[in-house]
Amino acid sequence: MRFKNDSFPLDAADVGILEALQTDARQTYVSIGRQLGIAHSTVYDRIRRMEQYGIIKKYTAIIDSERVGKWRITAMMTVFTNPKESERVAEKLCEAPQVLEVYSSLSEELQIIAKVVAETQESLHDFIANSVAPLHGVLRIRTSMVTKKFKEIPVSILNDPEG
Amino acid sequence: MTAEQTKILRTVPREKAFYFFTSIGNYTGLSTASLKEFAERMNEVSVKSLEFHLYRGDFEKWLDEVLNDTQLAEEIRRLRRINLAGEALRNQLYTVASRRLKRLTGQSDSLSI
Repeated sequence: MRFKNDSFPLDAADVGILEALQTDARQTYVSIGRQLGIAHSTVYDRIRRMEQYGIIKKYTAIIDSERVGKWRITAMMTVFTNPKESERVAEKLCEAPQVLEVYSSLSEELQIIAKVVAETQESLHDFIANSVAPLHGVLRIRTSMVTKKFKEIPVSILNDPEG
Repeated sequence: MTAEQTKILRTVPREKAFYFFTSIGNYTGLSTASLKEFAERMNEVSVKSLEFHLYRGDFEKWLDEVLNDTQLAEEIRRLRRINLAGEALRNQLYTVASRRLKRLTGQSDSLSI
């Protein structure tokens, strides 16, 4: 596994612990230790260290939004912005609870790309028309509604395409 | 000019402006914050956008609730009921909006747009 210069060096035990946590973050230190052949106290120490260094950012629950029924619509929104205002536009988008992910991207123009969820198409439109279009620096917006999800997993140490 | 006319002709802040979309979530980059701009935009935005908003009732809602121009809202509501489309729709929207603007401002000449 390769690391950037400023990244935290992980050994095989750390990687094994991260893999175990990504499979099931609720399992015990004893269980993880057994799988890896190391003491549970070592598991505890390594997890604490990785939390402190921000390798493990948080523990969360992955919710099936379709089963919950509240957020039936998922959309990818591309916001074309004035370069001077793009940072602020991105920050404002981050404040909205229905915006799940926000990225900036530079192709021919500066764009903010955001993943948005909504209860209905109408509420998605209301959010974009009333809360995104009026932001200073927004030039235009393209939105694509997601019709089928083929893959959605959190970033994993298990699936590094470069090995 | 009456207080009502002044109210209808005012420029509203950008969070109350009308933003032109061509479909759900697709913003054209054009907006209007006053009746004068609204009339001008009828000749600038795409027909697709005009049709999108007209048949959702967005124009009459904004005119009614934001500019408080119930009369123009009603005229546009009538246009919606006769199912116009394309350039004919654009022409009618421009005609009713610019006529209303002229009445409110007391202009007799055509709009210098």
